Amino acid sequence: MMKSLAEFDVKTSLSLLSKGEVSSKELTGTFLAQISSHESDIHAFITATPDIAVEMAEAADKKRAELKKDGKAIPPLLGLPIAIKDVLCVDGIRATCGSKILENFKPPFTETAVQKLLDAGIVVLGKTNTDEYAMGSSTENSAYGVTHNPWNLDCVPGGSSGGSAAAVAAMFAPAALGTDTGGSVRQPASFCGVTGIKPTYGRVSRYGLIAYGSSLDTVGVIARTAEDVETIYHLMAGFDERDATSLDIPVPNQICSDAVSIKGLRIGVPKEYFIEGIQPEVEDKVRTAIAVFESMGAEIKEISLPHTEYALPVYYLIAPAEASANLARYDGVRFGLRATDDNVMRMFKESRGAGFGPEVKRRIMLGTYALSVGYYDAYYGQAQKVRTLIKADFEKAFASVDAIAAPVAPTTAFKIGEHGDDPLAMYLEDVFTLPANLAGVPGLAFSAGFDSEELPIGMQLMGKHFDEETLFKLAHAYQQVTDWHKQLPDL
Amino acid sequence: MSITLEEVEHIALLARLELSEEEKKRYQQQLSDILDHVAKLQQLDTEMIALASVVLPPRARLRKDEPKAGLSTGRALENAPDIEADQFKVPPVLE
Repeated sequence: MMKSLAEFDVKTSLSLLSKGEVSSKELTGTFLAQISSHESDIHAFITATPDIAVEMAEAADKKRAELKKDGKAIPPLLGLPIAIKDVLCVDGIRATCGSKILENFKPPFTETAVQKLLDAGIVVLGKTNTDEYAMGSSTENSAYGVTHNPWNLDCVPGGSSGGSAAAVAAMFAPAALGTDTGGSVRQPASFCGVTGIKPTYGRVSRYGLIAYGSSLDTVGVIARTAEDVETIYHLMAGFDERDATSLDIPVPNQICSDAVSIKGLRIGVPKEYFIEGIQPEVEDKVRTAIAVFESMGAEIKEISLPHTEYALPVYYLIAPAEASANLARYDGVRFGLRATDDNVMRMFKESRGAGFGPEVKRRIMLGTYALSVGYYDAYYGQAQKVRTLIKADFEKAFASVDAIAAPVAPTTAFKIGEHGDDPLAMYLEDVFTLPANLAGVPGLAFSAGFDSEELPIGMQLMGKHFDEETLFKLAHAYQQVTDWHKQLPDL
Repeated sequence: MSITLEEVEHIALLARLELSEEEKKRYQQQLSDILDHVAKLQQLDTEMIALASVVLPPRARLRKDEPKAGLSTGRALENAPDIEADQFKVPPVLE
């Protein structure tokens, strides 16, 4: 008997596929039906690929039958449908990056982590919506329209991986890939009541991720449970010789299982993350969750990350500086929009002027300014030095704790249009997620309850470099004794 | 800290961005606001602090010197706005 869609998380889907109780074609068809019923309300996708999905699902079913017949090993995700953020290249499928400048760009190669998942057998449901070049906290900066939060269609889903988070929350997919440069996996996961990992910088290859801030960019996963996220993450992580910042450190075995013990793990609670201006219900639910960890045997310690308040100005100098360099490649020469053939200088300026949206232009301008002669030391240089101080805060904290617990964002999902044309108000949404990117440490976001408007409240755990496992273990233990992650929106 | 319209025009030229008059005015205001906010960094004494251009220790390495197939010319040109004789075609650089 066919189970209800809500039961098809990654774990259950894989188990049903493996037992032959459901085919990939049936499973994929179930998600495609959900997409076609509700996509007009949610708009999670820039490019949905139902035809490719059905074709891949049929091929997966055929492959499973053949491998089974020959007694060969079955790839771990064979037949599992997944959605992919539209900043990750997949050979032959349009990758817009949420930008008009890449409206017709079809990458000739595939991002490494995506390739690993394709090798593991995934079926591609489509490319999800994102703020243009992943620059934003709401998907309102997408050139292809805003994504609506499945919990309240008047609210943003968060960003920039808002399409991926909304797709998982709306049961369009059991899991979706995202990227996190300043909070872009964790904040939408929080706003949509799902679970998302931002891995350690260098843990998952960036080859084929359309670059925004190269010293900050990470590729992550969003799903319903920590266990599901770990299952996918585990197959994406690892060294890639095509990414110069990829690190050759072995990936441990998966740790999520039915019984994990978190007894004796030390969780730090940084006072700088519980400040005035935070929505009281957010603080309340996060503190309640911390008490749950304590009741399960974790040791809770108050800690300090004294340079937290500087993360925002540091990020909004370093990320735009890196973006201004990375986005220099969009000049109308080799790919993307070419606005005029009149002369070379006009081709550069007009292609970029017409192709980029307001936030991308603003960050290119800011980054160009911060790197320009006379301002470099005062802005970019100073920001890099303060980044060292922020990183040192984490190193000091992790000498006495195993993980750090904090809210993901100061508020729950805000209304579409609420921040209007006020970039600073929008940037303030990222205050609690930016430090992990600046320090390169991993962060895992998951739901810790709801506010009075029935909007999800997210908490995050940050860990030591390359210690994603402790975060998965803690969140998995939490999800064994709570059921916030099982709540589903009424669509 | 406020920046002038001339500075906005200079940055836009460096960034190769064609901006409308309205955009220039808007960015003049918004960039000034953002620069006011980031000025907070000047409060910190960082004379003795090293730059963090990377967060994890870089590990210089060389791959094995083995020939491998790269992207073919045909595939590399697939997204080109204009091509001629297997090359990207652009307007004249020298007039």
